Amino acid sequence: MTGHAITLRGDGWPATYGAEAQPRMGFFTDTSVCIGCKACEVACKEWNRVPASSQGFTGESYDNTRALGADTWRHVAFVEQRKPVGAADGTESLVDVAARAEAADRWGLQTYQDGDGMRWLMASDVCKHCTHAACLEVCPTGALFRTEFGTVVVQPDICNGCGYCVPACPFGVLDRREDDGRVWKCTLCYDRLKDDKEPACAQACPTDSIQFGELDALRERAGARLERLRDAGADQARLYGEDPDDGVGGFGALFLLLDEPETYGLPPAPEDPVRDVGETWAAAGAAALALGAALVAAVFGGRR
Amino acid sequence: MSAARPELGTTRLAERPGLPGRDRPDASPTPYGRPVIKQPTWTWEIPVYFYAGGLAGAAAGLARLAELRGNAVLARRASAVALAGAAVSPALLTSDLGRPERFLHMLRLFKVTSPMSVGSWVLTGFGTAAGAGAVDHALGGRLPGGRAARTAAALLGLPLASYTAALIATTAVPAWHESRRLLPFVFVAGASASAGGALTALAPPAAAAPARRLAIAGALAEIVAKDRMERGLGDLADAYRSGPAHAAGIGAQACLAAGALAVAAGGAESRRAAVAGGALLNIGALLARLSVFKAGFASAADPRHTVGPQRARLAAAGGGATGGRAPRPRG
Repeated sequence: MTGHAITLRGDGWPATYGAEAQPRMGFFTDTSVCIGCKACEVACKEWNRVPASSQGFTGESYDNTRALGADTWRHVAFVEQRKPVGAADGTESLVDVAARAEAADRWGLQTYQDGDGMRWLMASDVCKHCTHAACLEVCPTGALFRTEFGTVVVQPDICNGCGYCVPACPFGVLDRREDDGRVWKCTLCYDRLKDDKEPACAQACPTDSIQFGELDALRERAGARLERLRDAGADQARLYGEDPDDGVGGFGALFLLLDEPETYGLPPAPEDPVRDVGETWAAAGAAALALGAALVAAVFGGRR
Repeated sequence: MSAARPELGTTRLAERPGLPGRDRPDASPTPYGRPVIKQPTWTWEIPVYFYAGGLAGAAAGLARLAELRGNAVLARRASAVALAGAAVSPALLTSDLGRPERFLHMLRLFKVTSPMSVGSWVLTGFGTAAGAGAVDHALGGRLPGGRAARTAAALLGLPLASYTAALIATTAVPAWHESRRLLPFVFVAGASASAGGALTALAPPAAAAPARRLAIAGALAEIVAKDRMERGLGDLADAYRSGPAHAAGIGAQACLAAGALAVAAGGAESRRAAVAGGALLNIGALLARLSVFKAGFASAADPRHTVGPQRARLAAAGGGATGGRAPRPRG
């Protein structure tokens, strides 16, 4: 029960850490080289001792994990798409297709496409460690906090399972573990960061689809990678979460996607709901005053 | 082979014209119809608390004002209702926690970005004040500061009735977040209907005129405000037009209208009409909370609710192709 000041929007990071402040660390998940091996899911579970999730068969491609949640802090999405490619729909010459294939090969663009035009998109999803993190802002106990690395972590000894962060997250990352009662999510391996180690998922990733490092350096790397992929013909490739002016102030874990975010089950323009809290409080205040006026009118506005 | 393979954009959701899917209104924008956000973990205690907190908050105000007007009978009974609501509310909230023994962690800090944090303090203050006010009544007015405590309860009761709307509006659930301007008015109207209804039923008709006025006004305001709130949601209003939210909404309207009629027609003369009307109004207010609560679950589960408005904002901003950025219309 240490002293806490009133927490306003913007949690004061990194100034609050003084000399202990660290550069902001994060992930860059380059989905163009993801091979869907799920080593990240397994490494995360093992290191963080996350309980087993559903063992069922979903029939949804090779994805039996489905979504991030209390027991899934990395989730590899498998998306099957039928997309016409170049020559197949007659828009490109065979020379163009060959040149593009060579470029794609050279830069390691992994989108599996068989003869009938089916392609697989694979992407390892994770907590975005938002700059404006709704989960942290609405947490009434202070269990969610921003670490010296700028990441967002739940303290299991504080969380009382109120569940407010669950619908507050614009990505559906957090959930309550039913037999435990508390909320859990990716910690960006806070314990490993303290020991100068990279997070378990990044270390386990065999293709470097998951890269860990200082966020500023990752942004640069992501930008360069995007240019190369665009050159290789991936014209739908885009960065997701790199814009500090987006609705959550940019992600601490950014992505390179090969299609629209919703294709992967991600929100196309996520927003921190707390950015509207001023307007919401104003409405709640006005409603409270209206109730007061109604009560006065009811009591004094007629016979006793 | 290819016919059996599920493809993106072909997962059928309930037909909901108006919300953009890929190429059909019933097609999911996400793979396999998966929701983008999580449904709340909250269970039945929460809508019941929304009702009980509103009832208690409005009853405390009614009590103090009736006391000022010299209506001691109404004041005492309304104080008792406020105390009952204040007693039951923390129990409901604690029971919904994943770790109920840690309920005091709610008071570790105070933060205005968290309506739940603000609400925990408001409820704590309200409960203390309502308790002290009731003790003072029981001691025949001999508790020092008893009247001040009842004033405090009356004042804290106002935000107690409206903050719960701010709480659910400050989530990523589209049907809740997009109704943030009107939802608090829906909630305080329901609080008026329930408190007015309860005191119409519990106080002798001769002393209950203010309660009847409050009950009728609250019921009408609730019906009108909730309808306007739903219309204001546009395409998202379908969360209120099917399933449990729809059923509860229809039930709420019927009970509120019938209750208001019973109170208006016979509440002043017949105790039986007053009790029936008051009960109907309270069932109606509870059902209205339940309708809002359930609509949020339906909205969170539908990926079109999450993706549709975001795509619309991107299109309005002219940045539809790249994604990720949505400067928002303000004002």
